[in-house]
Amino acid sequence: MAATAPHITTEMVQARLKGQKADVSGAIFKYLLWACLGVVLISLIALIYSVSGEGLEKLNARGLLNFMNAPFSIRPERTGVYQGIVGTVTSAVIVALVAFPLGVCAAIYLEEYASDNWFTRLVDVVTRNLAGVPAVVYGLLGLAIFVRGPLEGLTGGRSVLSAGLTLAVLALPIVIITSAEAIRAVPQSLREGGYGVGATRWEVTRTLVLPNALPAILTGTILALARALGEAAPLLLVGAKDSVFSGGDWGDLRGDFTALPSIITDWSTRPAENWNASTQAAILVTLAIVLGMNTVGILLRNRFDKKK
Amino acid sequence: MTTSEPTIVQRPVVAEQSAATTMNPSVVYETNDLAVFYGAFKAVRDVNINIHQHEITAFIGPSGCGKTTVLRCFNRMNDLIDIARVEGKLLYHGIDLYDRAVNPVEVRRRVGMVFQKPNPFPKSIYENIAYGPRLAGLAKKGSALDEIVEHSLRQAALWDEVKDRLNDSALGLSGGQQQRLCIGRALAVNPEVVLMDEPCSALDPIATGRIEDLMEEIKKRYTIIIVTHNMQQAARVSDRCAFFTTEVNEVSDTRTGMLVEYDTTDKMFSNPSDERTENYVTGRFG
Amino acid sequence: MTATTTPNPSGPLSIGDLAGDPRRQRAERVVRTVLVAAATTSVVISIAIIYTLFRDAFGFLGQIQLNSLTDDVWLPRQGRFGVMAPLIGTMWVTVVAVLVAGPVGLGAAIYLSEYAKPRVRRIVKPVVEVLASIPSVVVGYFAIRWISPEITQRLFDGSPAKNLLVAGLGVGLLTIPLMTSVSEDALRAVPNSLREASYGLGARKVTTVVRVVVPAAISGLVAGLILSISRAIGETMVVFLAAGGKGSLPGGPLDSGTTITAAMASVAKGTDQVKGVGPTFESIFFLGLVLFMLTFSLNLIADRFVRRVRQTY
Repeated sequence: MAATAPHITTEMVQARLKGQKADVSGAIFKYLLWACLGVVLISLIALIYSVSGEGLEKLNARGLLNFMNAPFSIRPERTGVYQGIVGTVTSAVIVALVAFPLGVCAAIYLEEYASDNWFTRLVDVVTRNLAGVPAVVYGLLGLAIFVRGPLEGLTGGRSVLSAGLTLAVLALPIVIITSAEAIRAVPQSLREGGYGVGATRWEVTRTLVLPNALPAILTGTILALARALGEAAPLLLVGAKDSVFSGGDWGDLRGDFTALPSIITDWSTRPAENWNASTQAAILVTLAIVLGMNTVGILLRNRFDKKK
Repeated sequence: MTTSEPTIVQRPVVAEQSAATTMNPSVVYETNDLAVFYGAFKAVRDVNINIHQHEITAFIGPSGCGKTTVLRCFNRMNDLIDIARVEGKLLYHGIDLYDRAVNPVEVRRRVGMVFQKPNPFPKSIYENIAYGPRLAGLAKKGSALDEIVEHSLRQAALWDEVKDRLNDSALGLSGGQQQRLCIGRALAVNPEVVLMDEPCSALDPIATGRIEDLMEEIKKRYTIIIVTHNMQQAARVSDRCAFFTTEVNEVSDTRTGMLVEYDTTDKMFSNPSDERTENYVTGRFG
Repeated sequence: MTATTTPNPSGPLSIGDLAGDPRRQRAERVVRTVLVAAATTSVVISIAIIYTLFRDAFGFLGQIQLNSLTDDVWLPRQGRFGVMAPLIGTMWVTVVAVLVAGPVGLGAAIYLSEYAKPRVRRIVKPVVEVLASIPSVVVGYFAIRWISPEITQRLFDGSPAKNLLVAGLGVGLLTIPLMTSVSEDALRAVPNSLREASYGLGARKVTTVVRVVVPAAISGLVAGLILSISRAIGETMVVFLAAGGKGSLPGGPLDSGTTITAAMASVAKGTDQVKGVGPTFESIFFLGLVLFMLTFSLNLIADRFVRRVRQTY
């Protein structure tokens, strides 16, 4: 006898659709993901908390400008980050002056001029690999070439010039990669409009492509700069000073120097009771600079993303 | 006007004729078995066409048969694509356009282009028009440049609408206005030929009509080649038509475009020689 | 000047008319040369790194007794160059770091890519970006002043305040943003049509994510993991501050120890004369070469995986 179809009622269908089993594993998974986010959030909060407690007190007590204007001192209540600021800001200028033009020019070549041949592919692979080289290896390179190698005479050995150049080399691959991305994002129709009326490749690049890509290029450069300024390992290898020294003034490109990350490194290892507050204060100054730059870069990117 | 002389149409296209064409100024372009490759892929083959001065020549045919590819050879725009390669000959007033001594930048000043989607520069209306002439050295600034801008905008039938707001951004114009601006931009460098790649496909019928009227006007001064999907448009505006189709290569499973027939528009639409042409223009396929 | 004459030819056109403006062409050539030179800098830098490392590392090896490399202890000032100690230290720090950054980073990435509403994204993404921009010295400070007392000391009473575990946790924290961003890119590259196909068959969200999206993104996720490992291996300041600096072979993560990078930093900082010569100092280059080879190979492998992602989609 042929089987008859089961008698399906409206009630049965409704019950099926509404009465779903609780999605237990789905919920557990979601909570696990939230936990991951939680770890990130809590760590960040804990980190900020751990560097602000005494640091803000110290800055309040001494005054921010006072702290920023005082050089190294053996006495924790008198020490300041002045020389560090000089070193960091000077390095920043050197990095910007060296890495930005070189990086943008390399990116322009890769995106607008190069055809797909072995050389282009080599540069591409090499640049991407350089971006993944640890900062300390760049420090070694700086040591070998700027501090004691062929360029020692030019840079004065252990100097802020060597440090700046080393950080510029570190930042260069990042600038190239982000600038290349920015240029790639320029719509092809814009270029074709330029070529169509008889413009040369450089004219199209200069008048149409670069203006369009500039906000993204700037963002990338600012972010690369902020990253480079936070690196302590290369500074260590290039010979940044970590104790009292004379010098470290504005304009002293070839003499002894120090920078904010080196200060933090050193003060972290000194006895906590006396030095903790100063260390935190130095960290706060550094974070203000680094996070400030990152914020500027990201705001710039968001603003121009909206415009597009 | 050469269109009334049937003898030019029937002239067989043979390489040695290139000497003859330099002495016949009415033939602007001549192709001999022109083929375009993207890497190993043959996109279009065996194109033999003469383009005549002060005419509107339309490339028609279904999509993907190489019309735009061939068009972009005429101003060396395919150079911008790394893997594009051209075989056969393309003569511009008797000169091999792909000769090593020829500078594509100079070619593009003489052969302008209007694209499918209007692409004005993100600058003011004035600056859009002034861009080309400045680079070409026709005028740097001042009244000489102003004249060129006004003249170009008048030719593009846009002057009256924008003369009071030349410094406004070009991006604020409507689609049809932007396309007319792009036409004006192309005319500003005083080209001989204007290539148009489906210029009206992104526009509404009214804007389309205005541009078709524009084409009729300016063909007195220029030579126009237009790629169009719109058969009725081709029938309306063009003096000559070239019909392309694709041919499937069973072995490699690729499609190669080819020229089927090239003749005056009247003949193409009333009494085409090839059956495929007839099928297309009567709407039986494509 | 050909450029200013009307191109509607009155006489026959010659090829010279199509040659273009020589001044503009010359400018083009100059520009191109400058740009090529700029592009070559990357290659020059790489060659410089490789050359320097090899030259000075081999210089070092030439100055010491090679069997000192098998020593138990890394104490360069005493001429003891047992390279196993830093290597094992690096391994422990990396294992801990990846155990932290891997799951957390992947979880955050999955959430951001598959679950997060735009409002939540707008909060979470900046948080991750802020974490990414914190200099490693600051994380090092955080490790010794907070992670150590609040976490590891509480959990493992009696272990040294500075050890490989503390360092590993700090490095892990530092690496989370990298893992998150690479993983998120990989997940977002999976086309929506795959998700829709899964939902269309009646699958729940968790099933779709775990059994369709994640496997589809696996190349990119593996690349992210490898890059995170590479980053952890190369991290210097956190380890320098938090690992304790002992040169002996660590028994486990709760021991103090040193890593390749921390050992380099120690030598550089310790010697008063950074210009110093002699095997103690030159050992830096040997370690640097080892480090470079490790991270370079890992990066190459990761690159292969990223390529595979691009090919698939």
